[in-house]
Amino acid sequence: MELLNNLALGFQTALTLQNLLYAFGGALLGTLIGVLPGLGPVATIAMLLPSIYALDATPALIMLAGIYYGAQYGGSTTAILINVPGESSSVVTAIDGYKMARKGRAGAALAAAGLGSFFAGTVATMIVAAFAPPLTELAFKFGPAEYFSLMVLGLIGAVVLASGSLVKAIAMIIFGLLLGQINTDVISGVPRYSFDVPELTDGIGFVAIAMGIFGFGEIISNLSRPAENREVFTKDVKGLWPTKQDFKDAAPAVLRGTALGSVLGVLPGGGALLAAFAAYTLEKKSKGRPGEVPFGQGNIRGVAGPESANNAGAQTSFIPMLTLGIPPNAVMALMVGAMTIKGIQPGPQVMTSNPQLFWGLIASMWVGNLMLIILNLPLIGIWIKLLTVPYRFLYPAIMVFCCIGLYTLNNNNFDVYMAALFGVAGYLFIKLGCEPAPLLLGFILGPMMEENLRRALLLSRGDWTTFLSRPLSAGLLIAALLMVVIVSLPSIKAKRKEAFKEDD
Amino acid sequence: MKIKSEKDFWSGLMFIVAGIGFAWGALNYNFGSAARPGPGYFPFGLGIILAVLGALLLFKALTIETEDGDRFGKIAWRPLLLIIASVIVFGTLVPRLGMIISLPVLVLIASLAGDEFHWGEVMVNAAVLTVFSWVIFIWGLGLTIPLWPSIGGLGK
Repeated sequence: MELLNNLALGFQTALTLQNLLYAFGGALLGTLIGVLPGLGPVATIAMLLPSIYALDATPALIMLAGIYYGAQYGGSTTAILINVPGESSSVVTAIDGYKMARKGRAGAALAAAGLGSFFAGTVATMIVAAFAPPLTELAFKFGPAEYFSLMVLGLIGAVVLASGSLVKAIAMIIFGLLLGQINTDVISGVPRYSFDVPELTDGIGFVAIAMGIFGFGEIISNLSRPAENREVFTKDVKGLWPTKQDFKDAAPAVLRGTALGSVLGVLPGGGALLAAFAAYTLEKKSKGRPGEVPFGQGNIRGVAGPESANNAGAQTSFIPMLTLGIPPNAVMALMVGAMTIKGIQPGPQVMTSNPQLFWGLIASMWVGNLMLIILNLPLIGIWIKLLTVPYRFLYPAIMVFCCIGLYTLNNNNFDVYMAALFGVAGYLFIKLGCEPAPLLLGFILGPMMEENLRRALLLSRGDWTTFLSRPLSAGLLIAALLMVVIVSLPSIKAKRKEAFKEDD
Repeated sequence: MKIKSEKDFWSGLMFIVAGIGFAWGALNYNFGSAARPGPGYFPFGLGIILAVLGALLLFKALTIETEDGDRFGKIAWRPLLLIIASVIVFGTLVPRLGMIISLPVLVLIASLAGDEFHWGEVMVNAAVLTVFSWVIFIWGLGLTIPLWPSIGGLGK
């Protein structure tokens, strides 16, 4: 019954007025950025990082988490109503959801997405609560060699499941790891790659990198494309409540999506995006009732499945971050960064050293999901109105928040200049077809990885085989290698390309 | 020799340059030995790996045929230069002239990067954002950022 006690502690923390307010604020903001195309959770969380200096750790993380899963809800709204996915994880929702909206069934689609997401969020929260403690136990048995191998697995996993070229993605990780080497060496105290710039001896701020690449770089790239014609298709959403038949059709899809999303979310690089794609494929393959609307024509299962999956995945991707301190995706990398800003060393010890934070965050996810369903379904009209805000008003606002955040980070304009530099780099990466998310993951994990590698080598007296002679470490490395080999096989490669085709 | 994939070719080159650069830089630091790795150990290894991956990409770009040559495409100079310029100008102005002046300048330059530009709209947008930032960041969150031009700030 320890689980119940833990959850009770969590709810005690999450249900204080202050934390409720921050959960609400996060969920609201998340929905907002989910609705607005061109502004994702990574840029938003990066934008808000400087302002969390003023907050306690628990409300800060509760708010940031709310932004992440709130964005999954908001993204589906625009996917259904205007065929523009607000978030990449809602890309597949647009296929059937938009068709439903055109047939006048926008209400049913929105409700299926909302209720499905809520169910998935509830289940996934329970999974996080149940599985976090045993995983934490396991993590305590890890030595530096195991940690190093785990990070290798995590980083490799993060890219094999993503779209695009594998070699480029791995190169981007290494590039990120190298950028993380610009700091003062922890062991010897030697400043590295600082070129006598005093600010660089502390390392490049990851906020500057995140804002430069995901904020400014994205804006430049968005502006270089011709403005898309965004027309809000449904002026009024009628008949919000789905029919009985809808419920019957959607329920199994929600269950399947939740199960699939929960599993995929834990995997490195999984998270919401992959979960949604996999769930859509699964729904297409599984048999529905005879005479149902075909897929691609407005099948409710094509909305309920992926939406449940992406929310479940968003939720369970907190597991590796909370238990091991290893972020499985870019958003979690920023959460790790936020913890460090608040002076909490991410890793297995968080659960015991900050139980209130740990369990409060988990409980807040459920509370946040409840808020989201209230925010999204009855208030849908407000979000639709927001869609009509043109991008030319939006991006200067993003830039204002980024610039203020950058300056207040250290009360110094160095970070502002750094972000400008990374804005150029971010645009270049987009032009070259190099995904920037792995770079950020590498950058966050770089110093940790180096420390563990060097400690492992010290312990083994310079014997590199230590990574293979310790069974757990060897297993992790072999798993990483297998992943690379499997996705490089020609048949899988073609499938992988196909699976992500709809992304473009 | 023909470039079969422009994107891969230039990415490969970028990774090679960055990898060699970091590995070269690592030579300035104590490499140590495997038993006692020094500060140069990890970055040197990583730099070499990055350069090798870059070479792999370069090789691929020159040998494997792609459908459309995987063109790099035109660089959007106007948004690129204006967006970056607006950030740099903001960074330069804010310690001297304060947020009240720097923010509208930022919004103005950034807005020039878009397809449509209307003076009236931009003015309103700048005013709203500046007031909003003042309320949220300075008054609400208590962040320290210069608000007004500092005395003698121009001479800094």
